Amino acid sequence: MKSLADLEAIRKEMLEKVTLRKDDEQGVRIVVGMATCGIAAGARPVMNAFMEDTAKRKLEHVTVSQTGCIGMCRLEPIVEVFEPNKEKVTYVKMTPEKALRVVAEHIVNGNVVTEYTIGANE
Amino acid sequence: MKELSLHILDIMQNSITAGATLVTLELIEDTAADILKFSVTDNGKGMTPEMAKAVIDPFTTGRTTRKVGLGIPLLKLAAENTGGGIELSSEVGVGTVISAVFGYSHIDRQPLGNMAETMLGIFTSHEDIDFVYKHRHNDKEYSVDTRELKKILGGVPFTQPEVTLWLSDFLKENEQELYA
Repeated sequence: MKSLADLEAIRKEMLEKVTLRKDDEQGVRIVVGMATCGIAAGARPVMNAFMEDTAKRKLEHVTVSQTGCIGMCRLEPIVEVFEPNKEKVTYVKMTPEKALRVVAEHIVNGNVVTEYTIGANE
Repeated sequence: MKELSLHILDIMQNSITAGATLVTLELIEDTAADILKFSVTDNGKGMTPEMAKAVIDPFTTGRTTRKVGLGIPLLKLAAENTGGGIELSSEVGVGTVISAVFGYSHIDRQPLGNMAETMLGIFTSHEDIDFVYKHRHNDKEYSVDTRELKKILGGVPFTQPEVTLWLSDFLKENEQELYA
């Protein structure tokens, strides 16, 4: 069973590290649409998959956050990936399985998963 | 919405949009009384009586109330389908309380679903907001107060990978324990 004492230990361990994850401009941002439309279409497990997978891989330059309705409710769950000095990539009709592939291929290896993008689905 | 935990996530987003700094979720499953109920209490900007009335009706939701949209009508329908209902009280400058009651054993009651995932998303996405979450299932109960967690963490964010994974396991284990 996880206890608050574990959390204390994590803090000690982290404070010894120099780099804490922070929302810096140089990092990669993964933004999940979490309005009523997104949630109803399955955005929560998608966001969870991004959070847990990037945490397990210790991708400290990546932040996962949420936004409201992006305006294309029929294509939800929608995920936008912002990388410094690159064009934004918009993924549509996402699932947790697709999220894992985006982390592996796009976030880690730098290859956009074209078949999941809005361009391939419109 | 396929799960009540998705309604809860959606309703809590309203509190966040309303600029709350403290949001409290109380969730009670009482099989003897045959009810499932939850309430979300926030200290956001609140609503006028007219607006509080309007947000319940999807067809009177105009552009000014667009931030609320369909979330509340969907919750109302889900609750009423099980013989329950929702209550909403709000005061401008004070905050909003919304509560929903469901018939626990009613055939149309959606499953509660994954509360651990709902709370993990809420906690890690809005670190500037404090949350209190209490979940009771009959005589078992647990609660999380993000202010306590933040005090222990002393500035290490929830989004730090090690902390995110700890939180995820902590929530999952505590949820499971309620039904053990």
